[in-house]
Amino acid sequence: MTDVSDAIPAKPLQKATTEPRWVRYSLISIVLLFLSLFLLLPLSVVLYGAFEAGLKVWWQAVTEPDAVAAIKLTLFVLVIVVPLNAIFGVAIAWAVAKFEFRGKTLLVSIIDMPFAISPVVVGLIFVIFFGSHGWLGPWLQQHDIKIIFAVPGIVIVILFGTLPFVARELIPLMQQQGKDEEEASLTLGASGWKTFWYVTLPNIKWGLIYGVVLCNARAMGEFGAVAVVSGRIRGETNTMPLHIEVLYNEYMFTAAFAVSSLLTGLALVTIVVKSYVEYKDERKHKTA
Amino acid sequence: MATVVSRTVIPGFGLTLGFSVFYLSLLFLLPVAGLLIFTLQMSWADFWQAISHPQVVASYKLSFLASFAGATINAVFGSLTAWVLVRYRFPGKKVVDALVDLPFALPTAVAGIALVTLYSTTGWVGQYLQIWNIRIAYSEIGVIIALTYIGLPFVVRTVQPVLADFEKELEEASASLGASRWTTVRRVILPALLPALLTGYALAFARALGEYGSVIFISGNLPYRTEITPLLIVAKAEQYDYQGAAAIGVVMLVAAFLLLLLINGLQWWTNKRNGGAA
Repeated sequence: MTDVSDAIPAKPLQKATTEPRWVRYSLISIVLLFLSLFLLLPLSVVLYGAFEAGLKVWWQAVTEPDAVAAIKLTLFVLVIVVPLNAIFGVAIAWAVAKFEFRGKTLLVSIIDMPFAISPVVVGLIFVIFFGSHGWLGPWLQQHDIKIIFAVPGIVIVILFGTLPFVARELIPLMQQQGKDEEEASLTLGASGWKTFWYVTLPNIKWGLIYGVVLCNARAMGEFGAVAVVSGRIRGETNTMPLHIEVLYNEYMFTAAFAVSSLLTGLALVTIVVKSYVEYKDERKHKTA
Repeated sequence: MATVVSRTVIPGFGLTLGFSVFYLSLLFLLPVAGLLIFTLQMSWADFWQAISHPQVVASYKLSFLASFAGATINAVFGSLTAWVLVRYRFPGKKVVDALVDLPFALPTAVAGIALVTLYSTTGWVGQYLQIWNIRIAYSEIGVIIALTYIGLPFVVRTVQPVLADFEKELEEASASLGASRWTTVRRVILPALLPALLTGYALAFARALGEYGSVIFISGNLPYRTEITPLLIVAKAEQYDYQGAAAIGVVMLVAAFLLLLLINGLQWWTNKRNGGAA
């Protein structure tokens, strides 16, 4: 009994809820080593490979006609995919956050499905859907509309693959914000659109921006699904990731890394935006 | 009375739900149903033959085991990373925290060529492992490395918030009752993190199972040895063997669906745990 009462006050609480210095330093070192190996090294190898031969070679690689065609196609896809999925994200988040209805849980789980389905299965689903064996195939052939091994197919699989991103950002955010502010605005006589525009949108701005940036990054980088539906026609149906694969398989490593460096830059921007949005969010919580 | 008014005052229910359901049906439900119906047209014998061919079975084994290994590595190092990021202070912590999301943001094809370049026998890492006669590129280990990379953020990002919200009072209580630090970590903190840890584990596993871009470069795709299941689907589709591809695709779809059910269950458990603690 005397032992216990003696031992505890001798050990200050501060010390008792943290680890000895050597444990802390070793854990930090292990984590930094692990992350360097898996995150920093791949990042460095891309940038090194891209700029090793000098800026001029890099510039030539990213302005070569096939690369330009791939960049243009990728940007074209983005212009269609990102706004559509952003509108979908806002619409579904509005329905889920502001209303109670049957099957809500099911609806929210369905949005998660594209996360879980392998990108190559996504590609396959649409090859079969639009292909000559599928439901729409014969009709499409009759009217001479090409979807698979053409640009529309690429747009559709990327649309599918990036479907959840904006919705996943906005649903929890809007649920947490509730509907008091909108109700106040509406009872004061503002129209539905006006309420959305002046009340809801400013509130969800940062979540929406991050969702859009993430959707954008994933749309530019989508690979597996596009690989199945594109047919890899050079200068026509190669997006940037497919172009990188082609270059790599032809042993044009510097060019492959040069095009990769563009996508890597985009990935870094995405991460910076995410950190900024979280920083904003944290500050809001602190002042609130 | 008040609840009735508040339920009717916000407009746009029909518009937003209608559009969402229409969009999801057109883009998701209809095409997936198309794949299932297409597969149903196959005879059972053809279907079974397609999904049980030895080369395909070898790919299931690799995909499953390598995803399992990758997710396990992530469970260990991911929780450690979350711990260090929440509990300790060190220079550059903000940058390290932000970098954890890199595998989400970096296109998989870029990751794929970066990893194979690092681990090939002339690469920055591979040349040193070569001395010890360890081959990573074009071997099963290469597949595990790629799947570890791709699943890295999941465990960190599910454990991190739970750990940040963890109440210090519980640790203090444990310590003042005489428990050693290690006992407190093991018996008080770890059980509280378990649901989040398992959710992250399942998410990393699910992502790894379907992954294609980051694996195919480093794996070398040797038949019966380093071919992952998604690669076989692409190979069959490229040879216009859509039935074979669809059959394997359905197997993967079922696996994804089961994993999603599991993840939803785990998330429900995590929320219940945290809701109860707060």
